[in-house]
Amino acid sequence: MTTKLFGEPVRRREDPRLLTGRGRYLDDLGRDALAAAFVRSPHAHAVIRDIDVSAALDVDGLVAIYTWEDLPDRLAEPLPLLIPHPALTHGRTAYPLARDRVRHVGEPVVMVVARDRYVAEDACALIRVDYELLKPVVGVEEAAQSAQLVHDDVPGNVGAHMVQEVPSAGGLDVREVIEDAPHTLAFRLDIERSASTPLEGRGVYARWDADDSSLRVYSSTQTSTSVRMAVAAKLGLPLPKVEVIAPDVGGGFGVKIVHPWPEEVLLPWAAMLLDREVKWTEDRREHFVSSAHERAQVQFVRVGFDDDGRVLGLEVSILHDHGAYTPYGIIVPIITSTQLPGPYKIGSYRVEFSSVYTNTVQVTPYRGAGRPQAVFCMERTMDRIADHLGLDRTAVRAVNFIQPEEFPYDQGLIFQDGRPLIYDSGDYPESLRMLKELIGWDSFPAEKERAAAEGRRIGIGIGCYVEGTGVGPYEGGHVQVTSDGRVHVSTGLTSQGQGHETAFAQIAAAELGVPLERVSVVTGDTRRFGYAVGTFASRAAVMSGNAIALACRKVREKALRIAADALEADPRDLEITDGMVHVAGTPGAAIPLATVAVLSNPLRYAFDEEAARATQFAGASSFDKPPVPEGDEPGLEGRDYYSPIRSTFASGMHAAIVETDPLTAEIRILRYAVVHDCGNLINPMIVEGQIHGGVAQGVGGALYERMVYDGHGQLLNASFMDFLMPYATEVPHVETAHLQTPSPLNPLGIKGAGEAGVIPVSAVIASAVEDAEGIAIDKMPISPSELFDLRRAAS
Amino acid sequence: MKPPPFDYHAPRSVAEALDVLAAEGERAKVLAGGQSLIPLLNMRLAAPGHLVDINRLTELAGVEAEPDGVRIGALARHAEVERSEPAAAAQPLLRQALRLVAHPVVRNRGTVVGSLVHADPAAELPAVLTLLGGSVRLARRGGPGTPAAGVSVSPEVPAGGSLTVRDVPAGDFFTGPLESAAGPGELAVSAFFPALPPRSGTAFREVARRHGDYALAGVAALVVLDDDLRITSAAVACVSAGPVPLLVEVTGECGHRPPASAGWAGAARAVQDRAEPEDDIHATAGYRRHLVGVLAERALRDAAREALNG
Amino acid sequence: MAERTHDITLVVNGTVRRAAVPGRRLLSDCLRHDLGLTGTHVGCEHGVCGCCTVLLDGEPVRSCLTFAVTVDGHEITTVEGLADGERMSPVQRAFAECHGLQCGFCTPGFLCTVTAMLRDNPVPTEEEVLEGISGNLCRCTGYQNIVKAVHRAAEIMAEES
Repeated sequence: MTTKLFGEPVRRREDPRLLTGRGRYLDDLGRDALAAAFVRSPHAHAVIRDIDVSAALDVDGLVAIYTWEDLPDRLAEPLPLLIPHPALTHGRTAYPLARDRVRHVGEPVVMVVARDRYVAEDACALIRVDYELLKPVVGVEEAAQSAQLVHDDVPGNVGAHMVQEVPSAGGLDVREVIEDAPHTLAFRLDIERSASTPLEGRGVYARWDADDSSLRVYSSTQTSTSVRMAVAAKLGLPLPKVEVIAPDVGGGFGVKIVHPWPEEVLLPWAAMLLDREVKWTEDRREHFVSSAHERAQVQFVRVGFDDDGRVLGLEVSILHDHGAYTPYGIIVPIITSTQLPGPYKIGSYRVEFSSVYTNTVQVTPYRGAGRPQAVFCMERTMDRIADHLGLDRTAVRAVNFIQPEEFPYDQGLIFQDGRPLIYDSGDYPESLRMLKELIGWDSFPAEKERAAAEGRRIGIGIGCYVEGTGVGPYEGGHVQVTSDGRVHVSTGLTSQGQGHETAFAQIAAAELGVPLERVSVVTGDTRRFGYAVGTFASRAAVMSGNAIALACRKVREKALRIAADALEADPRDLEITDGMVHVAGTPGAAIPLATVAVLSNPLRYAFDEEAARATQFAGASSFDKPPVPEGDEPGLEGRDYYSPIRSTFASGMHAAIVETDPLTAEIRILRYAVVHDCGNLINPMIVEGQIHGGVAQGVGGALYERMVYDGHGQLLNASFMDFLMPYATEVPHVETAHLQTPSPLNPLGIKGAGEAGVIPVSAVIASAVEDAEGIAIDKMPISPSELFDLRRAAS
Repeated sequence: MKPPPFDYHAPRSVAEALDVLAAEGERAKVLAGGQSLIPLLNMRLAAPGHLVDINRLTELAGVEAEPDGVRIGALARHAEVERSEPAAAAQPLLRQALRLVAHPVVRNRGTVVGSLVHADPAAELPAVLTLLGGSVRLARRGGPGTPAAGVSVSPEVPAGGSLTVRDVPAGDFFTGPLESAAGPGELAVSAFFPALPPRSGTAFREVARRHGDYALAGVAALVVLDDDLRITSAAVACVSAGPVPLLVEVTGECGHRPPASAGWAGAARAVQDRAEPEDDIHATAGYRRHLVGVLAERALRDAAREALNG
Repeated sequence: MAERTHDITLVVNGTVRRAAVPGRRLLSDCLRHDLGLTGTHVGCEHGVCGCCTVLLDGEPVRSCLTFAVTVDGHEITTVEGLADGERMSPVQRAFAECHGLQCGFCTPGFLCTVTAMLRDNPVPTEEEVLEGISGNLCRCTGYQNIVKAVHRAAEIMAEES
């Protein structure tokens, strides 16, 4: 290879398009499509008595109005429960349009199709829905105690209850261990709701081709293949007659992995029914009240530990707020409960969660997906142990770390993929050493003293995490070299800004020995690749990256075989450099990959001069075998899949220095440091970008963002005015250092990086504010007003 | 989130605008910068039958700094006033406050008079107008009145029609949250911010959740010194401390003393006592009251420093 | 009853464009749907996110908080008009060089805002950069590389001037 591509900060190939306005996001498509809008419930909990659409019928430009009663067959059933689990005894999902009951503000009740969105909203405003109000259930503790039920057939509002326990090495159960421990602490922690809030909301654009009886659906989704299967199933269409494409997607962060959204089945249905193109573009208010939230948990912790701070027993009980429905199963609380031990050897561990229904927007994964809560719990626990024993907070962590020689390390739990939770690799002591050096941990006490002398309050905080990334079951890659020498790569999972077109091209170019410019990558288009799972859980690089590498290796092997034939050489002596197959060390004996591609496809008809070389009178190499030998296929292409035995485990440690204003209680992050280990880096620039963005979302979750529901189940801050996503002025500069412990589980030795940045931030900021203030911080996010109240209560 | 339909009017003159406003009365809304009104329309929280777009009335675009104060026409954008050196020289509090209004891009479009008429008690400019004792000029069709003399940003008197112009002092202009004295049929044509008196200083301090957000609490301060550099007058106006901008005169608390020994803390307590903040999702009333005191002291000290330096 | 429309003329990226729009048509929708310039994005429609920022007579404004009919006769520059033919502008190149974008949805708003900022202030301080982009939300980048890109764009502009 002339250029090293894997591991280089190659500039993104997506950018020229996106920087010049030539990106194509969902709402940029279908200029002539009809527009859909929805009447959504203004009430958190109500029975629908009647829907009167008569006043809307006169609206100029109205095309159609649909309610649940109009829905046929399988569309009239509840949407699928995507991830069933034995502990989810009472899973419930919504109807595409509310049937007779609404369970949260924002639930869709009526779909209107009109000439444009303005007109559709005019019609919506004229539709009268008669509701009989029911008492709403708001707040996870109220839900757990209330006699009022969100779903009449879910007693106690408990959708799922799950326990996992890892006894001590001596076989004692956790409670016994804690009883007998030299030190014991018990406390409660709270973490509030936030949400993905990508700047592009969801959206669906459906085109029905009546001549071909086929459907093409564009969706701003994190999983086009799964949307395709759901649409085909719900509409009763043969799978080959449905294609789903994720165009440029303006951020996902988890919310767009859920599918099918009501709109993803309703829009295609309406397009078929009306034989017109129909498009729905979610607006910001809709996104707040009718997509999904995450994070809200109440955690009860008991921990027993020795004089060094070694955790002997940890018992955590979690109340998880699941909102009104569980379309994505109980993945979020499972992740919280299994990722909670982090980088530590917990002597014995028992975790129990109840997933509870409330009359609020449903809860599905948001970047981090249960891990920020887990890390908040574990790291607050570590800080409390340090505080109790008068030890340095990093010393307590260090004494509990899994050591580098102990990998693979089995935590004894069952992870979110249904497989044993076994860490593949890592070096936590080194990570901590790097972090302490980066932030200046050991010199901070002196710094703090100097600040105090100036009347300033500063504090330092730390948070460590381990993140299961690259979960299965599989992804695939297809690589085709065409006779012009171009390399076309496709994979089924989608992209929402992670730079897959660049990173996957780097992998393919490096594997095949071709210039990067010759490689093009398509993601999320079922016309190109039909089998995939989706982009979530920091899995795209691990899963599709490795699948593409494996597919490239197949292509390479075939290319060398064909070239060896043509060059009359031994394939083992050949290599590919800059798109030329040549004999190693023998200049001149070479054949372009383009020609190999020509030769790979025996032709009867020549479509150009180059192709003529592969036609039947051009001179076959052997008349002893058929043109396409047995077991071979025409074309220089390959397809392969990567399906790992289990997840990889990335890790990281963050530290922050904060300043709190002694009078106004404003909280400012002065420094933020990250040590990050995601194994081998494909493109360090992209990985750093993922960390920066993750930290910024974490800062939002720690200091600014929350979903504020009142007692009536009204979301009081359903706008960017009041849901305080941070601007540039609120986000600190992030200092990063990388540690690379390759994963032994996959060919490229990589782990995922997408979610990492966000995971420990609330824990870190809580730790730092606590250090600055000397007041226990056990509820996040924290606002200046809340810090002020804590100060009052403490004084 | 698309606005509901309305009849759109694009008058070419103030007279034409007043005619539409007179004809449509309460059904009409005036559109200037639109930075507060259009979000409300997009969310369908407002649905005026008629929108009177005054963006073509270039005669209302002026910013005129005179020795006695700054008169700002209804079409003058925040950014324009913020950049105006004569305006800053005549009344520095304008620039100090405008830098805290939303974000630069919003200030490129939003108008000073528009934000006064919007009368949000969390907004900076109503507090500034209140503190300085400024006024808003309202014009409407009918009645016997004529424009006050000697004012350059004023509607022309159209032929064949009578016009009433009234100057409403800030103290009477803000009548409640999002409510002002501008009635149906009236157009706010300009606002007047009195000039900074000699030996005086101003400051604006606020705490917002994010930079550019509406303040959790904010305080504008004006301190005037005498020839001996003792305080002769001190006052603050607070945002987010009640239904309208809260003006608190604190000359007595400060004492007729040099700033170095003034009773700032007592003044701050007096402001706190008068504040009537409310709880909302971002902060408790108690915290806001505390902030008002902290910010009042900081703003008064800053203003006094300005007065000494000036 | 059909809604009344107004005939307007805009000079968009140097080209005279005409459209018939209802009074309530937002400039963002007019650009995107009436004129087919979909590079301007819509992220909140209440003026907070800044995705829809375009240049109106050279000054950055929220196109979602502007009615198309209000700016009849004015000049608009959108992200499609920032490059010089096939050559990206210094601001666009700096964003690519510094990895100042991920999903790219907020990017057109940032590019318009920064283009005007650097025209008025070719060598901004760190604080001025933060203030200048403080009205634009980005959910992907954490802003760090955007800030870096603004400084880099200033450098490129200085080198090329």
